[in-house]
Amino acid sequence: MQQLIRNGVAIDDTFAEAFGMRATAIIITAPTLKWARQAAITMTGYATSVIGCGCEAAIDVDLPPSKTPDGRPGCRVMIFAVSTDELQKQLKNRLGQCVLTSPGSACFAGMEGGTPLNLGSALRYFGDGWQISKKFGGRHYWRVPVMDGEFLCEATTGMTREAVGGGNLLLLAADAEKALVAAERAVAAIGKIPGAIMPFPGGIVRSGSKIGAKYKGMTASTNDAFAPTLSGVVKSALDPEINAVLEIVIDGETSDAVSAAMRAGLKAVIDLGPKRGALRISAGNYGGKLGKFHYHLKDLLP
Amino acid sequence: MKALTFTLRAQPEERLDLSALIPDRLDGMSVAEIAKLRIGTSRRPALVGDIFKIRGENRSHIIFDGGSRRFDRVGAGMSGGMLFVAGDAGAQAGRRMSGGMLVIEDNCGPHAGSGMAGGRLEILGNSGDYLAGPLAGEMLGMEGGVLIVRGKAGHYAGDRMRRGVLAILKGCGDYAGSRMIAGSIVVTGRVGAMPGYLMKRGSLLFDRRPETISPTFIDCGRTDIAFSGLFDRYLIDDKILDKPLLGRKPGKYGGDNAVLGKGEILFRMGR
Repeated sequence: MQQLIRNGVAIDDTFAEAFGMRATAIIITAPTLKWARQAAITMTGYATSVIGCGCEAAIDVDLPPSKTPDGRPGCRVMIFAVSTDELQKQLKNRLGQCVLTSPGSACFAGMEGGTPLNLGSALRYFGDGWQISKKFGGRHYWRVPVMDGEFLCEATTGMTREAVGGGNLLLLAADAEKALVAAERAVAAIGKIPGAIMPFPGGIVRSGSKIGAKYKGMTASTNDAFAPTLSGVVKSALDPEINAVLEIVIDGETSDAVSAAMRAGLKAVIDLGPKRGALRISAGNYGGKLGKFHYHLKDLLP
Repeated sequence: MKALTFTLRAQPEERLDLSALIPDRLDGMSVAEIAKLRIGTSRRPALVGDIFKIRGENRSHIIFDGGSRRFDRVGAGMSGGMLFVAGDAGAQAGRRMSGGMLVIEDNCGPHAGSGMAGGRLEILGNSGDYLAGPLAGEMLGMEGGVLIVRGKAGHYAGDRMRRGVLAILKGCGDYAGSRMIAGSIVVTGRVGAMPGYLMKRGSLLFDRRPETISPTFIDCGRTDIAFSGLFDRYLIDDKILDKPLLGRKPGKYGGDNAVLGKGEILFRMGR
């Protein structure tokens, strides 16, 4: 494979292959940022991959009190799924179990337009007849009495069909420690891009997969071509000096958000250089036949 | 295009019904046709041309240059455009309006905004009794939109209100929000006796603890709710108030328990 060199880091001439998804966003607020984030982290737990979790979700950005509807600190959470029905189901369950229950929380639409997805309109029945509907300023809210006051929740949020899931970067390094340093730098840089989330633990995946397996019923299995301990025994994609690979997976509100995120991640890893971080950067694809969106690394270089 | 302007020639000698002079109904009419519209209510009713000089072209922006307490039903039924009264208005200003913006620069009479369902009505002076309320025999008062009285309102403001926001900035008379079904009524300044009398649902939002309430309202203590911050911000963003109304922890009375009892009076603590 042809490679480009930037700051001593080799970049494969390949592309990340990503898929169209449905996405929604909500704003969670609380008396402090700590508790807004706690509600958001709980809500986005077990939401790394649509394969096993039904949705992919994470915090997009933290919001200062001046940027939230109720003047309290908060954060914007994005949720991605493959269908509108699944997205609504995941949203309702996660909101009901994780945000409604979190101390002092309130929840607002984080996206406009598209098919409206129920927030408060689904949870209001928890009020057992004491829920209060409020319409003002062109918006609709529900107030549900709870034990620490009220759960304030906007009736609906918006949805987009323009979302993209599966943008990615593979960071290849001399050892696991350096791979992790490079990945952490990339996560920090991508975290600043609005409209893009990294749903995996801390934004990082260590178990990249290939499609299919030798076992019946397994739709995905380990990406042996990128597994360093197999580099001698399988058709490996790794050079001899590579001993660890980590992946960053990115979901974006739009295709542009995914490219911006990949660009930021690439820049961060290239700036770090090969001595402390990654020797080589690649990306995952399925030959280009499955996903509608292709992000060529060479187009995203700083 | 210049706003269509009706300049008052002299104070009218009879009560006028100005509901014909709204953007919806004047659209496409010539000045001559407008001048022949009947607006008087006596046995020999006055025509528009008898009372007003007419200038301007823009039918969706109407100005009454000069007002009178005899200007009844100004802006009644309007669903869009802008109507401005530089002076007083009489009864039923903005009745049943469903959209657009109506501004009355001075005072207006009873039943202003009666049964309004949308749009924005601003009264810069005082308003009479039954602000936003139903006429006799009607089941519903205000059903939507925003109604702002920058001065005082009379008794029974927001009677049988069902939806929307009613804001009164310099106090109101007795029985504010009586028989309310839902919606939000904001009052800054002194509130008369028995606010929320027989209200079923809805919110009365005050900048101070009300002095006299019905014994069927029960003290629910001091709340700590996100709603007050959200609503305070809305009031400021929508240029209804220039400072927060309720604060972070408003007090609450629940009622009216003589009826359904799911309404609330929220008020700023410490005043």
